[in-house]
Amino acid sequence: MTEKIRLVDDNGIRTDGRKLDELRPIKLEAGVLSNADGSAYIEQGKNKILAAVYGPREVHPRHLALPDRALLRCRYHMAPFSVQERKSPAPSRREIELSKVIREALEPAIFLERFPRTAIDLFIEVLQADGGTRVAGITVASLALADAGIPMRDIVAACAAGKADGYILLDLNDLEDKEGEADVPVAYMPSLNRVGLLQMDGQLTPEEFEKAFNLAIEGCKKIYALQKQALKAKYLAIKEAVEETGQK
Amino acid sequence: MSVFYENRDIVTPGDLLAEGEFEAGRNTYKIDSKIYACKLGLVEYKGKTVQVVALNTFYVPSVGDMVIGKIIEINLHGWIVDINSPYLAMLRPTEALNKSYKPQKDELSGFLDVGDLIQAKIIAYDRTRNPLLTIKEPGLGKITRGQIVKVSPAKIPRIIGRKGSMINMLKRETRCNIVVGQNGLIHICGRNSEDERIAVLAIKKIELEAHTSGLTDRITEMIRKERRSE
Repeated sequence: MTEKIRLVDDNGIRTDGRKLDELRPIKLEAGVLSNADGSAYIEQGKNKILAAVYGPREVHPRHLALPDRALLRCRYHMAPFSVQERKSPAPSRREIELSKVIREALEPAIFLERFPRTAIDLFIEVLQADGGTRVAGITVASLALADAGIPMRDIVAACAAGKADGYILLDLNDLEDKEGEADVPVAYMPSLNRVGLLQMDGQLTPEEFEKAFNLAIEGCKKIYALQKQALKAKYLAIKEAVEETGQK
Repeated sequence: MSVFYENRDIVTPGDLLAEGEFEAGRNTYKIDSKIYACKLGLVEYKGKTVQVVALNTFYVPSVGDMVIGKIIEINLHGWIVDINSPYLAMLRPTEALNKSYKPQKDELSGFLDVGDLIQAKIIAYDRTRNPLLTIKEPGLGKITRGQIVKVSPAKIPRIIGRKGSMINMLKRETRCNIVVGQNGLIHICGRNSEDERIAVLAIKKIELEAHTSGLTDRITEMIRKERRSE
């Protein structure tokens, strides 16, 4: 590359017009699939991700069943058309790793010990990717789990922060992720004040890391409010419709 | 001692419901003196207990429950039954047949075959072993006619209503015999298909509007309207 792309201009505005500590516009919806026990859909900027939950149900193959708790199985998968260049539909090394970290971010939130010898299957399908799909995947997956009626300690909200052009930014998009200096994805349970996922890709000083981490936590709290709203939306709409016809 | 919501507010997992000397009821959990919700539902404060009535849930077996299940497998020890729960149930020949069963010569599929629907009662269950069923009580056994409706097990108390008010009204207004399985499967058996169709419609409406008030009256009205339009 001959000239470096400017990710933040002199006024502190990013390539997509956001401020430094601004999230991308988020649309969340719960209960979108009728055949799954629980499901959810998220649009975060250009990211479009669908999550489906099945279970708790019998474990197949049976030898995988755990005697003292439920088995959480997670598949993060990117559709071949989700990125610029066609991606092979076979699970890549990256997808297998992300499936594992997403599972580990969600496990502490679920009362797995209440349903021994069963499996909860979670499918996260990225339909369109634009950076930060692992955190958006966690956000939408925990919404699908709550929609399925699986008992949870808290809803998990996830958000990334990072560094580009020397600025600490919230919720990096694909360009900022690739051209920027660092990326810090965080999954967080706001009511319990617990962190379920913390990664860092790139280089940050300890001060910068702390700043990015705190910024990501703030982002998680905003996303958490949206998640709660999305869960309630379906039921509040019916309640309102019923009350309206009652008044007539 | 403080509460953070009104009765029947919708809460989500992780919401702090109450703090102080409260007891954690259904669908809640306690850390120190704080009580949190663990499911999406309606919060209820009843004296010292705090509970959440879940809006969606799956069926967890409980001894004594009447359930409707489907035979999915037959082996030498009995029938494996899908009861719409995380665990598959077992129906042993001693709990189904009136004569003694000899695995060497008796064929179980002659009595109940794969795909058959049964009304059964849970006689044993704990988390370490799968539930056991019986059909040796009056009213239980193979379902031969009628229709099955599946609803979320969370809505079953609403379909029955307080002291059976909703279900009695349904039976009276639709002129159908309705059996409600605790696992979310409902068996409707009417004199004609029109009666059954109205019963199915009514149950679907209850499921959708379970968390609203004044439901029994609205359902009665709906059924009468459907009747008139026949």
